[in-house]
Amino acid sequence: MRRRWMAAVAVSLTGLLTLTACGDGGGSQGGSQSAEAKVEVFSWWTGAGEADGLKAMRAIFERENPGQEFVDAAVAGGSGDQARALLASKLSANQPPDTFQGHAGAELQGYIKAGKLESLNFLYDELKLRDVFPQQLIDQISVQGEIYSVPVNIHRSNVLWFNPAVLKEAGISTPPATIAAFIADLEKVKASGKIPLSIGSQWTVVHLLESVLLGSLGTETYNRLWTAQADWSNANVTQALNDFKTILSYAGTPVEDWQPAAKQVADGQAAFNIMGDWAYGYFHNPPDGGLGKSSKTDFDWAPAPGTDGTFMWLSDSFTLPKGAPNRAGAVAWLKVAASKEGQDAFNPLKGSIPARTDADKSLYKDYLEWDLAQWSSNKLAGSIQHGVVANDAWRASINDAVGLFQGDQDVAKFQQALADAAKNSGQ
Amino acid sequence: MTRVRRWLPGLLLVSPSIIAIAVFVYGMLGWNFKVALSDQHDEISPGSFVGLENFTGIWSEDRWGLSVRHAIVFTVVFVLGALMLGWLLAFLMERGIRGEGGFRAVYLFPMAVSFIATGVVWRWLLNSGTGERAVGLNGLLGYLGLDFLQWGWFRDPDWGMAAMAVPAIWQMSGYIMALFLAGFRGVPEELRESARVDGCTEWQVYRHIVLPFLRPVTLAALIILGHISLKVFDLIVAVSGKQIITDVPAIFMWTAVFDSHDPAKGATIAAYIVLSVCVFVVPYLIWNARRGDRT
Repeated sequence: MRRRWMAAVAVSLTGLLTLTACGDGGGSQGGSQSAEAKVEVFSWWTGAGEADGLKAMRAIFERENPGQEFVDAAVAGGSGDQARALLASKLSANQPPDTFQGHAGAELQGYIKAGKLESLNFLYDELKLRDVFPQQLIDQISVQGEIYSVPVNIHRSNVLWFNPAVLKEAGISTPPATIAAFIADLEKVKASGKIPLSIGSQWTVVHLLESVLLGSLGTETYNRLWTAQADWSNANVTQALNDFKTILSYAGTPVEDWQPAAKQVADGQAAFNIMGDWAYGYFHNPPDGGLGKSSKTDFDWAPAPGTDGTFMWLSDSFTLPKGAPNRAGAVAWLKVAASKEGQDAFNPLKGSIPARTDADKSLYKDYLEWDLAQWSSNKLAGSIQHGVVANDAWRASINDAVGLFQGDQDVAKFQQALADAAKNSGQ
Repeated sequence: MTRVRRWLPGLLLVSPSIIAIAVFVYGMLGWNFKVALSDQHDEISPGSFVGLENFTGIWSEDRWGLSVRHAIVFTVVFVLGALMLGWLLAFLMERGIRGEGGFRAVYLFPMAVSFIATGVVWRWLLNSGTGERAVGLNGLLGYLGLDFLQWGWFRDPDWGMAAMAVPAIWQMSGYIMALFLAGFRGVPEELRESARVDGCTEWQVYRHIVLPFLRPVTLAALIILGHISLKVFDLIVAVSGKQIITDVPAIFMWTAVFDSHDPAKGATIAAYIVLSVCVFVVPYLIWNARRGDRT
């Protein structure tokens, strides 16, 4: 009897010890002896092209910083949904990576308010970055005079992709330059029996909305929507939302995501698609990562209707979290990310353009050549869906409003929801 | 001392799991309710007690009403569909069929697949393209010349969630079949024989002897399906992602926490999910406890 009793105690104690052992395991990860020389770079660049770009920057970093070891902490998943969830838990546990990727602009506000990020003004001063980034970009990423991230690349959101053959068939000679012309062209395509405008899942419709808002309101009014002087309830916005409703009524059945929607244009099933310029790589790259189409003949592009002369931008950037285990290594990484050499190594592979205006223009061909010329001459506006102008909470409410609008088509309710979203965003 | 010897070893044996459950289930539940009753609408503010404000406020949101409606449609179609299909399969098996073991395995196999894998396959099957662009089930219908049956599946604004229940029914009905088959087999043969001797038709045997025996199994199946259905998340994320058109409370909770960074709202939705599952589970537990007392 007595021995059984003892055995029972032993078993229970072992159980408890196992539990506590598990608890210890989690805590010891942040051990600091070896972290001195390791730089953990957290990103969501795992896809074709972007991962190659990261590798190219890594090579430069390792060459220039022999004492530092680059640790690639990339988490798969488009636009970083999974990566951001993991990052949020790491930051709230005060175990930040040395540096992490984030969309430049309002998306970082939550981290800034929570005091998780270090201001990078010292780096901008040291490297004189204010002289090489466009002034408007500096203005749009500054929070009360402080800059918290280094933009590595620039993508353009307001691009109208189209299939020249389908347009010709419908009797359209030039891509539409205004919203009114766009609606007229959509009608012509509809009469020819093709899908006028292809759309994907809900976020691609939000992406469409930002281009329609910009095209309908104009750059000044659009940019004011994200400031304290915003007026979401006025008649201009009503008009823009009515345009949006009309345009959406020409959209085909929503497909799963942006790639199938872009493919409908490439395959000649649909005439138009409004998507960011990452679609170029998808159209152009050889099969495996892309569709292997040739530009200007199989597919072509123009500024989204009504937005010529304005570049709606979004940007991937790197940050310096407070309490980074290897701050010196992180700063060294940020220097590579900000450098002309780093950006010119990364961007041609990723299919984007450098944020610096002094890049080597000969590296950027075809679409990217056009893109770079637009970037250095256009006015700037920030993207909604891709984290530039609205913080996460605001963007989530806009997404909800768009999703509900797709169901009920009620413009007045939609406008009210957008006005409420602006008021409650806390931005 | 001898009395202590009788209960202490047992208690020590189960104590690790009691502690783990107390902390990780009930402790976390309590914490969740605490956040739900606070005004912690971002991750950094400490939040103070506001009572049931979040619980009532959420009903004025369009998205919440829609997601509750979706959850109800999904639950009704899924639970009834899986129960009826599972019952029918078990009934056919019970009538005697050649190669029963093989069929049983075939119907049970979908259980071994995760909802995510099911969702990835059914995303394609439930593709909403029609006409020339039809693939998946719509493509099959077109191939059979049944084009008029093609529809938007989960993209249909009114009955999309009923379509979303189809993969769930596909996955769970084999399991329900196994439950019912065990129930059918549990009916003593003597009872059936004596009923037949008393002049019952085969229909009456089922109506008055077999079905009453299946009642506990039906209830258990109902509860298993019901709580799966109210918590459904992975299947929908795999089929359509986080879109309003297929929104359910669990997905709303996810976007509230990770996209809107609103812990209080997320916790409120989580609390509602727990409470709705309780509506299913608590009566069952009470019923079970009473039955336990009687026997």
